[in-house]
Order: sequence, then structure tokens, then C-alpha cells
Amino acid sequence: MIKPVNQKAWWLVLPVILCVAFSAILPLMTVVNYSVQDIISPERRVFVGTEWFVAVLRDEELHGAMLRQFGYSLAVLVVEVPLGILLALAMPVDGWRASATLVLVALSLLIPWNVVGTIWQIFGRSDIGLLGAVLEALGTEYSYTGNPTHAWLTVLAMDVWHWTPLVALLCYAGLRAIPEAFYQAARIDGASRLAVFRYIQLPKLRGVLMIAVLLRFMDSFMIYTEPFVLTGGGPGNATTFLSQYLTQKAVGQFDLGPAAAFSLIYFLIILLFCFVLYNWMQRVGTSGTSAAGEQGAR
Amino acid sequence: MARIHLDIAHSYRPHPREDADYALLPMRQTFEDGGAYALLGPSGCGKTTMLNIISGLVRPSQGSIWFDEREVTGLAPQQRNIAQVFQFPVVYDTMTVAQNLAFPLRNRGIDEARARARVAVIAEMLDLSGQLDQRAAGLSADQKQKISLGRGLVREDVGAVLFDEPLTVIDPHLKWQLRRKLKEIHRELRLTLIYVTHDQVEALTFADTVLVMERGRVVQSGSPSELFERPAHRFVGHFIGSPGMNFIPVTLLARALAHQAGALTPAKPEVPPGALTLGIRPEYLRLCELHEPGALPAQIEQIQDLGSCWLVGARVQPVAAGNAVGNGVGNGVGVGAALLRLRLARGEVVPQLNQSVGLQLLSPHTCFYDSRDELMAGPSGGVGDD
Repeated sequence: MIKPVNQKAWWLVLPVILCVAFSAILPLMTVVNYSVQDIISPERRVFVGTEWFVAVLRDEELHGAMLRQFGYSLAVLVVEVPLGILLALAMPVDGWRASATLVLVALSLLIPWNVVGTIWQIFGRSDIGLLGAVLEALGTEYSYTGNPTHAWLTVLAMDVWHWTPLVALLCYAGLRAIPEAFYQAARIDGASRLAVFRYIQLPKLRGVLMIAVLLRFMDSFMIYTEPFVLTGGGPGNATTFLSQYLTQKAVGQFDLGPAAAFSLIYFLIILLFCFVLYNWMQRVGTSGTSAAGEQGAR
Repeated sequence: MARIHLDIAHSYRPHPREDADYALLPMRQTFEDGGAYALLGPSGCGKTTMLNIISGLVRPSQGSIWFDEREVTGLAPQQRNIAQVFQFPVVYDTMTVAQNLAFPLRNRGIDEARARARVAVIAEMLDLSGQLDQRAAGLSADQKQKISLGRGLVREDVGAVLFDEPLTVIDPHLKWQLRRKLKEIHRELRLTLIYVTHDQVEALTFADTVLVMERGRVVQSGSPSELFERPAHRFVGHFIGSPGMNFIPVTLLARALAHQAGALTPAKPEVPPGALTLGIRPEYLRLCELHEPGALPAQIEQIQDLGSCWLVGARVQPVAAGNAVGNGVGNGVGVGAALLRLRLARGEVVPQLNQSVGLQLLSPHTCFYDSRDELMAGPSGGVGDD
């Protein structure tokens, strides 16, 4: 039976289109609008084309911030993902211990960003902070306000402390989802603990690890509050990451045009990286199989 | 290769008090070297628990397990030299089919050339030769299960191969093929195979010895024909056969039984007076004239054409004990209004619906069960393998 063509159903999509328009498309378009104009005052604006984009891409400061950002995000992934997996493997499987551990592990996830910054600001002080005082007592001249390396490491440690539990919880859930028969079969086959991890647990964690990596990459790429509270981007610009730089431009100096142009570039970078990471991780562990195999593995 | 002896009981609860707390009631069981065994029973009867105890995945809460003269109760599966295939396919996703098959060999440090030769043999047996270099993750469920089977069979020195309903996920046609394959492998390699299933056809075609289990005990262990001819327990009669055995509660005295059954059943004067049940398979229940001695009056209620035979359902008229209805039977046997099933071969005369017929319950194949549902008298020994 051939159904008559009926386009009326499009009206049903209208509410969604309106919502998305007001929440995403219009604000984004405003940014696009800013990025191609020089706004001298609210009444006077000049169309400048791609001038801001060119200027922003040639900005040395921005290059620095970008490099620091990539280094930082990479470090976050390198530390948090393996640490999260180890933590998940070490967590108890059942009984009251499992519940207690879950609550303990999830605790840091409940703390707001700026509070985390404040906690570490005090934690790292060499006069009254536990970490700072201990390091001082051990003979290290630790100062997150004076030493760029120390500042960078402290911001990293803060992120690891705050977000590794997320990776651990995701992996824990992934590990619990592996049917008991796999472990039993491995025992029958005489597999070592390492082989169980390599051939059963790691492949089965692929899905959750992909989510963990994407979430941690995006979040760390957009990090703002913690370094803002802890170091304010300093010393120098050792902890000035992309969003800090953007805020300085847009809010501090009110350079709306360059800030808007850069926002768009920033947005595209995140989109591109997530796309690449997602596709790469999809392929890892299933290379050489057809699309049908991909579905079969699910 | 080993003879496996169990003397165990198992409970998943810490302090079992009553029978219901046990997954396996105290039992002794021996599996001879090179035998093909099936554990048959409904879900939750303890058959998988028994299998896991043999392989070492579960440690029995009481008792011990012996492989030949070696006690293995405390040993892990790795140390027991046993293979097990599970209900759902387990494959190592990141490996190829060949690597999957070789995995148990590699873990035991068998050298590469021998492992490869062995994998080739097993792959040939299971028709996996063409897919050896494919990644296992991309295969269909029954291909994956074949890999699981292959991993179970790949070790030459294995003590026993245990199967836990391995053909559940496989489609019927392939199921039949694989079952034959397993039988062939058993003949070729003379491995001890223990096969858990709830499907009687699977158990009866696969095994030389079938252990029928119910609620944590083995109610009967024997060859398929023994289970069919002389079910040691009402459960076995009911569970084996399609449809299962007919049971009719019979109230009578031991002497009356001896008299009725005549030379057919060994008279047991020590039979306690009380509830007694007569069991007869649909295959052996016979239609007869109403006036024939021992005939039980009944009415035909259902007739089903099963293709190769007829399945007839006959409702027995309620008869009060001591009431002289019919001939002979009424004198001593009180029968409730039970529906009995009988099978008639293609050539036999098929009765009409609602026709009144006589049923001949007594034959050389009739069994009698006591109040504990256990076989009291039945076809006397000499059950040949047929």
C-alpha cells in the first residue's frame, strides 16, 4: 500500500526547533555576528570580515595557551584513566564494603569546582596547609603561587583528585557488567590474572572507557574555575588555559570581536577532537572486523 | 583421563538445617573414565552446581572429590586439568579464532608448533578451519559457541570435559549436528564427557548413562532404556518420555495386587497397606474390550494426530473401592477420575471421541510406586539395551 505524502508531521518538530533555537542556535549566531564585526560602541559597529580570525590565529599568547591546554588535557587523560581503572579493579565487589567504597569514592564528585579550588588553595599553603607544610618539612620549596611547575602540577593534582573517581565509577560499572561465565572460563582455561585483564576486562571496558576519555577530555579542555580560584592563571601565565585566556579577552579587555572569533575556533577544536577520539576508540580492539562484527560485539 | 568420584553435599547458605537449604543433598557419585554422562533435570535441581563442583569453580560445603586416587577438593580449576563449556558462548573478543582455540594451550606453556597442530585438528572437527584468522568478536552466536566447544576439547590430556547446556543458543539444525559431532569426538578421543541439560532428547541421545536429578538429589542413574522401562522414582517416569508416564493412585492391599498382577509383577508381601501408585507409559497402555479381565472402563476424550502415531486421552470413570463395576479391577482397585494418555501406532484401530473403552493397565511394563514415590515393583530386571 502506498501512503499519501503528508508533510504535516513537521509541525510536531516545531517545539524542539524553537527550544534549540533559543538555547543554542541564536546565542551561537550572536557570537558569529560579533566575530565578523568591530564593535566600537553599542551604536557604532563596522563589518571586518575574517580579520579577527586571522588576528587571533596569529596571536602568540593564544598559541601559548593552546599548547598548555593540550599538554594539560593529555596529562589529565594519561594519569586519570589508568588510575581510574586500577581503582575500579581494587574496589570490593559486594557486601557493605562495596557500598561504603562507592560512597567514599563518589564524595569528591559532589564538591563544586570553586570549592575544590579553595580546598586546594588552603591545602597547598606552606604555612597552614597539610600538603604545603609537609612538602616544606621534607625540604621542598613548594609554592604554587611562585613556581610555574608547582602551579601546573597542583592544578593537575587537583583535577586528578576531583575527577578520577568518575573514571573509576564508570569502569566499576563496566566491570560489574561482565558476565561471571567469562571469569569462570578464564579460570578453566588457566589464564593468569594479567591475561584476564588483558583479554577479558580491558576489551569489555572499551565502551565505558570511551565515554570516560571523552568526558575527561572535554571537561579538562574547558577547565576554568579551579585554576581561576587557585592561581588566577599565574604565576606568569603558567596555568592560563584556553578558557582563562578567552575570559581575559572578552570580559577583562572587552575585545568582543577577537573573543567571539576565538570562541568559534575553540568550539571547532573540541568538536574535531571528540570526533577523532570517538572514531579512533571505536576502531581500537575491533580492527579487521566488518560493520556486522561491530554490531555483533555489542 | 580420570575416574571422578564425589562424596559431597553443598549448600549456598552458611548453616543449612533442612533439605531445602541444600543445593545438593549428601550424595556419592562416580563417573567412570571415558564415559559419556548426562545430568538431566529441571531448572534449579542442582545439576549446574554439581558440574561446577567437579570443575572446581564451586567448593562443596561438605565432603570431598577424588580424581582417581588424588583428592582435588581444595584445588582450583587450573590445577584440576578439566575443561568446561558454558551455556552462553565465551570468546576472547580481541583474539582471532585460532588464538582463542590455542589460549588454554598457551596458558599451559605448550610449544607453538604443537599448539598449532592441535588447533588445526579441533578446527577441522568443528568446521572452523576457514575462519581461523578471523576475529572472534565478529562471529555469530553459534560460531562463538563452537569456539567455546573447541576450547574445551583442545587439550589432549584433559581429565574430563564438562558441558553446561552448551547448545541452548544454537539453532535446531546445527544443534543436532553438533550433538552428533560431540558423540563422534567422544568415540574418537575417549574423553570423559559430562553434559548438563534439561532437554531429555539431548540427554538420551548423547549419554551412555543419564543421571536424573531433582531438588538436589540424583533420583536415578542409568542407561536411557533403564530410565524408560524402570523409572526408579515417579519423577523420572514423569520427566522422561513425551508425554510422561501415566500415574493412577491405587488403593489396594498387597495381596490383591499380587493376585491381580499375577505372574507379571513380583509379589511383595511386605508392601505396606496405604497409598500406592500405578505407573504405565503411554506406549504400553493398551485399549481392550470392557469384559476383558483387568479392564478399566474409560471414555475417550482427546485424539491427537502426531504424524507418526496417535496420542489418545482417555478419562477413567471414578470407581469406588469395593464396587463391582467392570470385571476384576473394581474388586480391589479404586481409581480417581484421571486422564490417561496412550500412544497408538499408525496401523492400530483408533477409537472414536466419547467412545467407551476398556484400558489394560497391567502389562509386563507396569510399575508400582510407594507412598514415597519410589519404585516398589516393576518390570523384572533383564532390561536389554534396545
